[in-house]
Amino acid sequence: MDIIYTIWLRSVKRYLRSKSRIIGTLGMPLFFLLFLGFGLNSIVSIPGTGEGYTAFLVPGIVAMSVLFTSVFAGIQIIWDKQFGFLKETLVAPVSRMEIMLGQTLGGATTACIQGVIILVLSLFIGLTLSSAAGFLIALCFMALIGISFTAFGIAIASRMEDMHGFQLVMNFVVFPIFGLSGALFPISSLPSWLAPLTMADPLTYGVEGIRYGLSGTSQIDPLLCGGVLIAFAAATALAGAFLFRKMSA
Amino acid sequence: MTAIYVENLTKMYGSFTAVDRISFEIPEGEIFGLLGPNGAGKTTAISMLATLLKPTSGAAMINGHSIAGGEDGVRRSIGIVFQDQSLDEELTAFENMDFHGRLYRIPNPLRQEKIAELLALVELDGRQHDLVKTFSGGMRRRLEIARGLLHRPKVLFLDEPTLGLDPQTRNHLWEYIERLNREAGITIILTTHYMEEADRLCDRVAIIDHGRIVALDAPGALKEAVGGDVITITSPDPAAVASAVTAAGALRAEQYDGTVRINLQHAERHIMEIVARLSGNGVPADSISIRKPTLEDVFLHFTGRSMRDETADERDRMRMYQRTARR
Repeated sequence: MDIIYTIWLRSVKRYLRSKSRIIGTLGMPLFFLLFLGFGLNSIVSIPGTGEGYTAFLVPGIVAMSVLFTSVFAGIQIIWDKQFGFLKETLVAPVSRMEIMLGQTLGGATTACIQGVIILVLSLFIGLTLSSAAGFLIALCFMALIGISFTAFGIAIASRMEDMHGFQLVMNFVVFPIFGLSGALFPISSLPSWLAPLTMADPLTYGVEGIRYGLSGTSQIDPLLCGGVLIAFAAATALAGAFLFRKMSA
Repeated sequence: MTAIYVENLTKMYGSFTAVDRISFEIPEGEIFGLLGPNGAGKTTAISMLATLLKPTSGAAMINGHSIAGGEDGVRRSIGIVFQDQSLDEELTAFENMDFHGRLYRIPNPLRQEKIAELLALVELDGRQHDLVKTFSGGMRRRLEIARGLLHRPKVLFLDEPTLGLDPQTRNHLWEYIERLNREAGITIILTTHYMEEADRLCDRVAIIDHGRIVALDAPGALKEAVGGDVITITSPDPAAVASAVTAAGALRAEQYDGTVRINLQHAERHIMEIVARLSGNGVPADSISIRKPTLEDVFLHFTGRSMRDETADERDRMRMYQRTARR
């Protein structure tokens, strides 16, 4: 437990110290929120709920910011490898499992902080929180997304030689995961051929879970969302731990 | 007691043998050097001993723990300063030390005490709350050594400890390494391609070339093996010089890069004879020098090559090869 805490502490310290990274990763979600939110609010109404598009969009953008931050946090292990720091942890009398869990929880923590910042900023453009319990539910789903995708990033980083593959992963894996999820549009209005893809996307359950927490309604049962996401987090954590065990400094 | 025991340790990358059946034994409290050109396999050997790399075959024990099976025991027994930097530049000197102390589960009052003590020892206590990215190369090295000592290792690995440092910092580090060994009794194994470094610091030196140990002894004994003093004659016609001096009988002359080198005892007594022989035969010579042998001569003696022959090309090719082989 001490070791996991030590590695977690380092991740969080590094994150809090790099102001440019905090602001940099806030940029894209914030612009999505502002441009899409204000741009489409007047012409789009969400069937069934009667709420405006901006209110619908916020949970999706929160999930987006958690997703991007956590994948990046996982892939950062490559930096540790290139700058030699990974050797320092690998040669210590600690298990790979502890290192991996510490990194995962550290990445998930930073991702949740990013998500909460987006959430707080959206209060200024008209979001209202239904209840404190709802906020906590949303936070739990953010944490699950964070854990899943940091572990996912570590799994990918364990198989990568350097940062060159990073853009590839971002454009062809992470962006489709975001785009196919119900972050930008309601699942019920999808064409029938696209719906199965969306339902196979783990992020969909994260977005719906956050949406349930923030607005009290969702198109997928929140319990199902939680179940699917917990299973996905466990699977990626296992895959990450397995691949990281084989990573050489 | 034996601190390090290595038997037929081998590492292969495909058909390329990086470390070839090396064996040695290091008693507790010794400073042991692995001397060889870049790409000779020194770092690969150290990586295997530090459990970062699995050997292809062979065995090694460190402080009584096997590197195959007793990894945790080995890791607890060793401190290591890598050839390439392994600090977190975004953390302060103190935080790097603290991270290390926590990883090795040093409980807190003791941890703070040791960190303060070691930072003072490497004269970084004044900068302990500055980010490492603001540090010079020498300061980083010193911090890494302090960090490697934090958990009181029985054995300290130093992989090219003074690579890229200025002469003054290097001298300072040497004194420091000697003090550590003398006062704390730590067994030290270091790799280097600097002859002076091995000569100055090591109780015993293993000369390693193409992954193989070609000689292993105390630096003094190795130099004696060369056969006395070294006379170097520069000449436009080295072949004629060589044949002129070897005609005398017991002399052995090696031609190398426009010079002729002769190894013999009490060179000062024979120098007149050599000069007479050269002028008697009408062989031109530009200069003649006499000196005591260095480890450079020892390397030449055992491998037939100068360590400086190793070109960057060959080194880079080797590294490329290792990198692709690791994938």
